[in-house]
Amino acid sequence: MDNPVKVYVPRDSTALSLGADRTAKAIQAEADKRGLGIELIRNGSRGLFWLEPMVEVETAKGRIAYAPVKPADVASLFDAGFLEGGSHPLHQGLTEEIPYFKNQQRLTFARAGITDPVSLDDYLAHDGYKGLANALAMSPEDIVKAVTDSGLRGRGGAAFPTGIKWNTVLGASGEQKYIVCNADEGDSGTFSDRMVMENDPFVLIEGMTIAGMAVGATQGYIYLRSEYPHSLHILNEAIAKANVAGYLGDDIRGSGKRFHLEVRRAAGAYVCGEETSLLESLEGKRGLVRFKPPLPAIEGLFGKPTVVNNVISLATVPIILDKGAQYYADYGMGRSRGTLPIQLAGNIKRGGLVELAFGATLRELLYDYGGGSASGRPIRAVQVGGPLGAYLPESQFDTPIDYE
Amino acid sequence: MANKLSTIALERVQAHIEAHRGVEGALLPLMHAIQDDIGYIPEEIYPQISKALALSVAEVHGFVTFYHHFRTHPVGKHVLQVCRAESCQAMGAEKLEADIKKQLGVDYHETTVDGQVTLLPVYCLGNCACSPAVMMDEDVYGRVDAQMVAELVSEVCNG
Ligand SMILES: Cc1cc2nc3c(=O)[nH]c(=O)nc-3n(C[C@H](O)[C@H](O)[C@H](O)COP(=O)(O)O)c2cc1C
Ligand code: SF4
Ligand code: FES
Repeated sequence: MDNPVKVYVPRDSTALSLGADRTAKAIQAEADKRGLGIELIRNGSRGLFWLEPMVEVETAKGRIAYAPVKPADVASLFDAGFLEGGSHPLHQGLTEEIPYFKNQQRLTFARAGITDPVSLDDYLAHDGYKGLANALAMSPEDIVKAVTDSGLRGRGGAAFPTGIKWNTVLGASGEQKYIVCNADEGDSGTFSDRMVMENDPFVLIEGMTIAGMAVGATQGYIYLRSEYPHSLHILNEAIAKANVAGYLGDDIRGSGKRFHLEVRRAAGAYVCGEETSLLESLEGKRGLVRFKPPLPAIEGLFGKPTVVNNVISLATVPIILDKGAQYYADYGMGRSRGTLPIQLAGNIKRGGLVELAFGATLRELLYDYGGGSASGRPIRAVQVGGPLGAYLPESQFDTPIDYE
Repeated sequence: MANKLSTIALERVQAHIEAHRGVEGALLPLMHAIQDDIGYIPEEIYPQISKALALSVAEVHGFVTFYHHFRTHPVGKHVLQVCRAESCQAMGAEKLEADIKKQLGVDYHETTVDGQVTLLPVYCLGNCACSPAVMMDEDVYGRVDAQMVAELVSEVCNG
């Protein structure tokens, strides 16, 4: 037989929560029973959660999706010749042509669902570590300038320009500096941080490494929500691989530069999502909010200059260093540059992750993507989380989404 | 008061303390290591921890009580967490938790009489696109109803 057909079944925890493991097992068992060679790949999720578990098959035309697939559907999929893209009631066509996916502008989430999240080879084959390669050839000032020029603003709440924060840490004196990733993702309805960590952990690792090179920090910590055990395992596996391959450690890719990274689990205090209480917690204290100033950029973790950034902010850095500040800044509107990952959740028909340039309207999101409410009743008001945190009535559904 | 902790458990706790000597901000990862291993953080070990990390016993106590994740009493063999945050509420979590409590015959923070399952509330599992959600030990389940949770419970209890 020639090459076994590649079959993809996601391992993202939402896909798992809908039975992806059982589906994967059933597919392998059925293939064995029929004597068909398949290569089962546990990819990430593309974030089309209403279709999970979404199984994809690699064909000459591209990856074809069948979804949602339950173990009971598996035999009929084989009967229908799904390994060659055969027709079946669950057939969704080419994954990349599904409108929910096709119409998105995926920059931060470029690889999510496409690659095996813990495969470094896969990451490298899909433009991974190109941003770091560029950064290693640049001066710290130029790296910071690229981030500033991209217009990237913090995705964790305060929308503070990331480049300006980094510049303060770069300018602060001190032998020891830190990069801290805020992965406490405390608000209900948010899961884009989790999706980065589970579906493309290397992009976060790369972003933090670039941050380290930019400001002269040698140690990074990811402060991870304790409710995310899958993220913990996937991050630790990816970090171990990055260490072995020299993408982390004492001599990053022969540059002589040092950066170490460790995940620290939070312990279920909502207030620790706030950056100063997060730092207290990392220091081994109760997470009580500190008075500012001094800013963490000047006196942060253990009193040292510290960059504290959200997962999405850091995971967006590699593409900026890879494709250039202008490439990123060309997306968006006004002073809101780039893209925003938006999470559709709660009482909505098609829940999932939508990454779009700033400027989309809520109506577009709720109806074109979300498909309206799960209960079929008109949506009267919506809670917009994250950096835009607000409760918006129907009359505002046509206002473009941006920071202002 | 006599030590409630077995000698073996005490030795394991001691090993975790040793492993965390010299670690930056050791208290947080140390507490996780202990709870992951023996299921809870026994108050009788506070003096050892305070000595190893140069903290007062009151500081260790204050730390443990501040964080919901840490518990000072043993739990059942399995931990079932039911999400009570907004997105799950919008999809019927209130009824779900009432049904689960009735089925298991326990309230939150209690363990079933057979010692199998401890029920805990949780505030968002990041599974909000498929609410309501629960987590059994480390595995998340989405779009669940009381029936599915009952099957899940009997699955983990019977093997
Ligand atoms: C109560 C409270 C909770 C917060 N929770 C989070 C959180 O879960 N994740 C996050 O990234 N930022 C959170 N923030 C914002 C952080 O304090 C901080 O602004 C952010 O981590 C900075 O990163 P950014 O500039 O990349 O956005 C919270 C702030 C407050 C006041
Ligand atoms: S004190 Fe901070 S954590 Fe508490 S409610 Fe206010 S903003 Fe939220
Ligand atoms: S609100 Fe329940 S999983 Fe997020």
